[in-house]
Order: sequence, then structure tokens, then C-alpha cells
Amino acid sequence: MAEIVSLAEAVEGAIADGDSVAMEGFTHLIPFAAGHEVIRQRRRDLTLIRMTPDLIYDQLIGAGCASKLIFSWGGNPGVGSLHRFRDAVEHSWPVPLEIEEHSHAGMANRYVAGASGLPFAVLRGYSGTGLETLNGASGGPAVTPTIKPITCPFTGERLTAVSALRPDVAVIHAQRADRAGNVQLWGITGVQKEAVLASRRSVVTVEEIVDQLDPRPGAVVLPAWTVTFVARAPGGAHPSYALGYSVRDNGYYVAWDAIGRDRDVFASWLDEQVYAVPVNTVPVNTGPVNTVPVNTGPAVRS
Amino acid sequence: MTYTADEMMTVSAARALRDGMTCFVGIGLPSAAANLARATHAPSLVLIYESGTLGAKPDRLPLSIGDGMLAETADAVVSVPEIFNYWLQPGRIDVGFLGAAQIDKFGNINTTVVGRDYRNPKVRLPGAGGAPEIAASCREVIVVVRQSHRSFIERADFITSVGYGSGPGQRERLGLTGAGPKKIITDLGILEPDPESLEFTMTGLYPGVSAAAAKERTGWDLAIAADPEIIAAPTPAELGALRAFRGQQGKARSSP
Repeated sequence: MAEIVSLAEAVEGAIADGDSVAMEGFTHLIPFAAGHEVIRQRRRDLTLIRMTPDLIYDQLIGAGCASKLIFSWGGNPGVGSLHRFRDAVEHSWPVPLEIEEHSHAGMANRYVAGASGLPFAVLRGYSGTGLETLNGASGGPAVTPTIKPITCPFTGERLTAVSALRPDVAVIHAQRADRAGNVQLWGITGVQKEAVLASRRSVVTVEEIVDQLDPRPGAVVLPAWTVTFVARAPGGAHPSYALGYSVRDNGYYVAWDAIGRDRDVFASWLDEQVYAVPVNTVPVNTGPVNTVPVNTGPAVRS
Repeated sequence: MTYTADEMMTVSAARALRDGMTCFVGIGLPSAAANLARATHAPSLVLIYESGTLGAKPDRLPLSIGDGMLAETADAVVSVPEIFNYWLQPGRIDVGFLGAAQIDKFGNINTTVVGRDYRNPKVRLPGAGGAPEIAASCREVIVVVRQSHRSFIERADFITSVGYGSGPGQRERLGLTGAGPKKIITDLGILEPDPESLEFTMTGLYPGVSAAAAKERTGWDLAIAADPEIIAAPTPAELGALRAFRGQQGKARSSP
């Protein structure tokens, strides 16, 4: 049954060094506040799982929290590269980063298998791509060992199997929870339901905690008994957005390019915008909305 | 009216989409072209983004595939597993509209790594995203990419998304259900696969672009059609619509 706690307590209670952690949210509802709390608590050796690493994992990777990344698209959407991610892969900075790489369809199906309690999922995919083959002409280890061919027992068709994702922890941001810890999210809901149901534990940050969850079109509801911790974090998806509460801060994504590109500029950003921000220990289901300080835009250094 | 090579490319790509088609849209150049088509000759074009938005009707260019505007204007918003499993995989979608970092003469796309050693790449690119299955399962594929000696290469360093693989018969052997890439639209003109060899051939050139320039900016020995089509310059209406989008995007980007 979901426990309503502060964000710091949720991260402290759910995520340990060495855990596999899936922070999901497909462009929308990306759990940035929770990601920053993980950086502040200086978690190490995490296996980070996410379809689109986005700025949130660029920040966690640059801060040295991760030793492995499982992903399907690692760019800054509409802007360019994730420079901290590239620096880790190309130069092992600040620490070496092992990668396990899929397509979106593969990742989505791996979560579905995890949520379904199955060891693998089947799809038409990867056929003929470099991801399903050995590493180059030298015949090195398989590029992605969690992709294997499989034959349909009914038709004999050649299909592709991908192993299930069973993260230790899922972290998502949602619009609302009620006081019992039932969670509601709407708009682009991505793979959040699957990620939470596939994981052993979960942390859900929310814009607000309300008395009653009135129905919303297309909403996903995660009953309280599927969630471990709920924490109030208004604006916790910024610079991503929460439909009905905020808009995507496109300027932040553009500004991030210059910050992420340079190790020293990034280190200053971490100091000023993450480590120096007070830990969010504000009581959670009391008080008006929007009194909790949230991390605001990047301080752009010229 | 003067125009840039990128504007000509985007207009040319928009023209490749017919009204009423369903189109799975990649972000960047493909998204600009698909939105331009919807704003001009193809108002009933169905835009599908991998974020799960079916029939999105944005009135400005989205910066990402998951902008709120896409969800708010869509006919339906579905989960990410659903968009790939129910909508893309069975072959319901007419055309996949993709970008590329590298593309080879058989239309195979690389968005993974530059360099032949996956474990020690020269450049780490963003990776696959939705492209491998879009390239596999859409009824046909159109690629929009700037043409250069570095991006148009004999053999892709890494095949992220399969075009015609190693040549005729390969898609069938791999069990790929869609027909594969029908056009590569660049800032110089249009390439189409040779009916026999499936090797991409320059079949159209923009006004003022020479066959020699196209060969110069291609990393394989590019064949030019015997009588390449000279593609019409953008109309004032096309340019006006495209620039209106760009202006709006500039505003969106600079907003706090």
C-alpha cells in the first residue's frame, strides 16, 4: 500500500546503490525532481533504464550515478546530442558506462513482459539490424544479448524475442494522487503503467494530492496497492511538463546543449542547481499547492 | 522568391505525402515536412507520432515528439506499447517518414554509431528510437536527409534500420512486411531505388543543382537517371506556410 512521504524519504527508502532504476515518462511527465534527489543523495552504480534518456539521465550520468544504461534513443529531442551521455560512452567520463541498446518497440515490449510476469516478449522487429547481430566483422560479443530470434510454434514464422525488464525501482511523475495513494495520470502516458507494474518498488511524484480523483479522459490510474511511495513535488517534471499543470520548457532543452557540452560548466550547474537546492523534506499532504521550491531552469553561463 | 536548400528539401518532402495518407512521423526534418503537407495540399493527412498520438493536428511545429499540443489535438492518445504493437506492427500505416545520420546506397539507415567498432565508436549517435520498426512495418518509407559525402556512404557503419539490406530479395528473406524506402529526399534532389538493383539513383534535381554536384556530395559512385526530373521551385504559398511554422517555432524556443 502506497505510503505518502517526502521526496527525500521516498528516494532514500526505495533506491539503493547498485539498483536498477527505470525513470519513465515519454517527453511528458519526466520525473526530474526525483532524478535530482537521486543525484543529491549521491547514489552510485545504478543501472538506469529508460526509453529516451533525455536530459534527466544526461544529468544522472554526468553526476556519476550510473554504471549501466539500458535505452532506445539517447538524444536531446529537437536539439542534438546528450553530451554527458556521449562523454561517458566515448571517454568513460566521469565513470565507464556500459550500454544495452534497443529500439523503442523492443523496450516497450520488455516492460510489457515484465508487467505481465513473463520472461520475454515477442515482436516483429530487429530483423537485419546491427542490434541483433554480433559486433562487426570481428564477430565480437552480441551487440544486444537481450535480443534473440524465436520461431512461432504455430506458424513457423521467424520472430524476435526480447527479455523482460524487471527493474528494482520504477520512478514516475503523475498529475495527482489521492490521500490513499491512488495515482492518476493523463495525456501522453508512455510506458509508465508498464514500468511501475514491472518493478519491485516504485516512487511516484505528483503535482498535487487531492481528496478525490475525479475522472479524466484517457487517464491511467495506478491503485495505491501497486505503488510503494507517493511524494508531492509540484513542478517535478520541469523542464518536461505535466499536462494541465505546466508546459514544456523548450528553452531549457535548447540551453542544456551548452551546459552539457562542457565538463566544467556541467559541474557548476550541478553545484548550483542540484547540490545547493535544499532537500525536499516538506510535509506532503498538507498545505497549499506550489509552496515547495522546485528546481528552476538551468543557469546559463555565457 | 529566393529560398534556401533546406526549404526546398522540406517542400519537396511535403509534396511526397498525399492527402488522406497515414504517416508515422519522425522528429526534425520529417516532422517539418509532414506538418507543411498538412498545412498546404494534404489537410487530411493523418500524423502519427511514436509518443502515442494518433491524428495529431498541431498548429505549430512540435520541438519534440511528445509536445502537449500533439496530445491535445489528437484523435486518440494511446500508450507507447500500443502505438508500436497495435498500430505500427500490423502494417496499418501508409508511410514512415524518417531522418538519418548515415544512409547507404541500399537505403539502410545508421543512427547508432559512426565507426565500424560498436564498442569503441568514433561518434556515439542517439540510437534507434522507433525507426527500425517504422522502416520494417510501414507500407513504404521516405527518408529526409541532407546529402553529403560523409552521410551518403557505400555501406552504413551500423545498420540501425533496414532499407534493402544487401540488395534485391533481402527484405523478403528477413521477413520485413513493408516495401521499404521509396524515396530519399535531400537538399539537392530526390533519389529513388533502381527497379533492378535497388541501388538509390538520383532521379530528380532541384533547379540549379547539377548532376556533378550530386555525385560530388555522395560517398558511393552515384548513378544519375538518364533524364532527371527538374523539380519545381517552392511556390510562394509553400514557402509562406513553411516560414510561418519556422517563425512560430523560433518563438516557442525562445520563450522562458
